[in-house]
Amino acid sequence: MTNVLVCIKRVPETSGEVMLSGDAMSIDARHVGYTLSAHEACAVELAVQISKESGGEATVLTLGSPDAVEQLRDALAVGCSGAVLIEADASAFGPADVAAAITEVIRARGAGGSSVDLVLVGNDAADTGDFQVGVRLAYALGLPVLTGINTVEVRDGLIVARGAGAEGTEVFEVGVPAVVAVAEGGIEPRYPSIPGRMKAKRTTIDTVTSTVEPRGPSRVRLELPPAQPSVVEMLGEGPEAAQAVVDLLTRIGVVAK
Amino acid sequence: MTAPVIVHVETDSRGATETSLETLTLARELAARLDDAPLNAVVVGPVETGQLDLLVTQLGDQGVTVLYAVAHEELSAYGAAGWATGVISAVEDASACVVLAAGTPRGSEIMAHVATRLDATMAANIVEVREIAPLVVSRQVMGGAVLELMRVESTPAVLTVAGHAVEPTPADQPTLPEVRHLRPELSQADLVGRVVRVEAGEADDTSALTGARVVVGAGRGAGGADGFGDLLELAGLLHGALGVSRVVTSLGWRPHHEQVGQTGSRIAPDVYIACGISGAIQHWAGMSSAKTIVAINIDPDAPMVTKAHYAVIGDLHEIVPAINEELRRRPPRGPPRAAGGAGRGGPDHPPGGHPAGGGRPPCGGR
Ligand SMILES: Cc1cc2nc3c(=O)[nH]c(=O)nc-3n(C[C@H](O)[C@H](O)[C@H](O)COP(=O)(O)OP(=O)(O)OC[C@H]3O[C@@H](n4cnc5c(N)ncnc54)[C@H](O)[C@@H]3O)c2cc1C
Ligand SMILES: Nc1ncnc2c1ncn2[C@@H]1O[C@H](COP(=O)(O)O)[C@@H](O)[C@H]1O
Repeated sequence: MTNVLVCIKRVPETSGEVMLSGDAMSIDARHVGYTLSAHEACAVELAVQISKESGGEATVLTLGSPDAVEQLRDALAVGCSGAVLIEADASAFGPADVAAAITEVIRARGAGGSSVDLVLVGNDAADTGDFQVGVRLAYALGLPVLTGINTVEVRDGLIVARGAGAEGTEVFEVGVPAVVAVAEGGIEPRYPSIPGRMKAKRTTIDTVTSTVEPRGPSRVRLELPPAQPSVVEMLGEGPEAAQAVVDLLTRIGVVAK
Repeated sequence: MTAPVIVHVETDSRGATETSLETLTLARELAARLDDAPLNAVVVGPVETGQLDLLVTQLGDQGVTVLYAVAHEELSAYGAAGWATGVISAVEDASACVVLAAGTPRGSEIMAHVATRLDATMAANIVEVREIAPLVVSRQVMGGAVLELMRVESTPAVLTVAGHAVEPTPADQPTLPEVRHLRPELSQADLVGRVVRVEAGEADDTSALTGARVVVGAGRGAGGADGFGDLLELAGLLHGALGVSRVVTSLGWRPHHEQVGQTGSRIAPDVYIACGISGAIQHWAGMSSAKTIVAINIDPDAPMVTKAHYAVIGDLHEIVPAINEELRRRPPRGPPRAAGGAGRGGPDHPPGGHPAGGGRPPCGGR
């Protein structure tokens, strides 16, 4: 039986232009939806598969505002069995603070009899991209950690994890419990089913508070990168433009004169 | 003398990797602003003698004064914890005040371990050092769509450098780095989580994509798994590589290692030809460093079209075959030479202004 805890973060879903808040300390997300990182969606899928195979639990956890329940319910809808909200202002928490707060919850749950064999996180959060919560969490818990992992199997207490390396697929093995930071690319997240959605609505979210005094993320402010002057030059329409394209490629030196 | 700035250098068969050279260039400019602090480098793991000579030359060109070669019989198979111990042994020997690595999967992972163990602040994917007293960096967040100015006040400061944010350039004055060999004490925990084997066959070779001078990008507009023939031919005719959007990998049309973007590869080719790609910011994050961007799209209002340098409007399945035919008539230039360090042209990155004084530099007080 493998019990998995998977950590996710609610982030603004931006695919077009991004706007900043008036004080330039955050993204203006009033007109966009919210999502989680693609890596975390894969981590949720792995958590569901691994726990189902072994008859264990898959618990999804986030540190964030009560609105983040939306992301927890999405994870419940695809098969997680329980959800924990650490209610806090995520923007006041730096990566070390998030790791400390999650550690606190894992310890408290362990003391209460629900132990965890595998902690999954995303390789990097879609908004802050700090690349460190998983590693900091592992050190705080005194557990081994693997990052950049695409697939995970757990057999007889052994975690076999695979990630992309320069010379091929790299295979890692560590005993449970461990922390694994998942990167997109090894697994396709499933879509929620209607019964899944219904069940997610009925599941009680375990809401907790944290005693961690956050040191904060050391943000001075946000800036938009300098806009590239938009001076698109039209080379034409349809196949007739082929000549102009090849002329351009010749001019910039990728095609011989 | 000011405490050194040290760079973890990743190597491949050609010596220091391109992103490590970029990191060294940024680190050298930072060191110069820190009262001419020495620039040191560290390589961890087995290094062949011939390669060490090559590294000494390459790192000398970058102005490195001391190269730490950290080796141990247990540091043969890669594992982040052991590698971090190797880096930390050099950081401590040098009393370094700033530690940098390229923002690659490995560099990010090792630096996360280093920062955690040294109770240091880590700023990931920096593109520039804005101020040095106190240290303020700008770094890519939201997949590169936004820059965050972040203060890093710990000693050491731990930084990873975003790929292709800096053009690698040699130092004005080459140096002859002194090589110091270190053999760190490894703990039991350092030996956990190492690579136990590499499975060939499924080689996830992103280097063809990240090293290519020409990349043909393909998105949903390709239409299906069988819609890539002409696009692959175009890539072949230009001695380039194929890169794809996430829609393409999610639909299983092409493998994930070809994905470009926030959760794929970041590339900086001379030309990116985006065919049937809308240009979402997560995709843009991966290819905005291309020197020339050509968009081929049926929609003249697609962001890729409006943000590109050049565009052709129409169906890629008509346009790409026509380009291929035109190219077959005019043979392309031979395969690209390996991109060699400096002189690739491209935008200049000014080193930024001098510190306005006041505050505490990260290396101050030593
Ligand atoms: C956290 C997160 C991470 C992400 N990471 C990535 C990433 O790493 N990389 C990535 O690419 N995306 C990523 N995405 C997804 C991204 O937001 C977009 O959904 C994706 O890039 C869109 O792919 P597309 O351009 O192929 O498809 P679409 O947006 O559907 O665009 C298709 C384009 O093709 C054009 N077209 C259609 N038919 C033709 C034709 N016959 N000829 C010419 N043009 C045609 C259309 O006009 C349109 O512009 C991420 C999203 C999130 C939330
Ligand atoms: N506020 C949060 N709540 C829960 N998990 C988080 C939070 N922030 C980060 N994480 C997890 O840590 C991973 C890495 O985040 P980061 O180190 O910030 O890039 C994310 O992909 C999440 O899985």
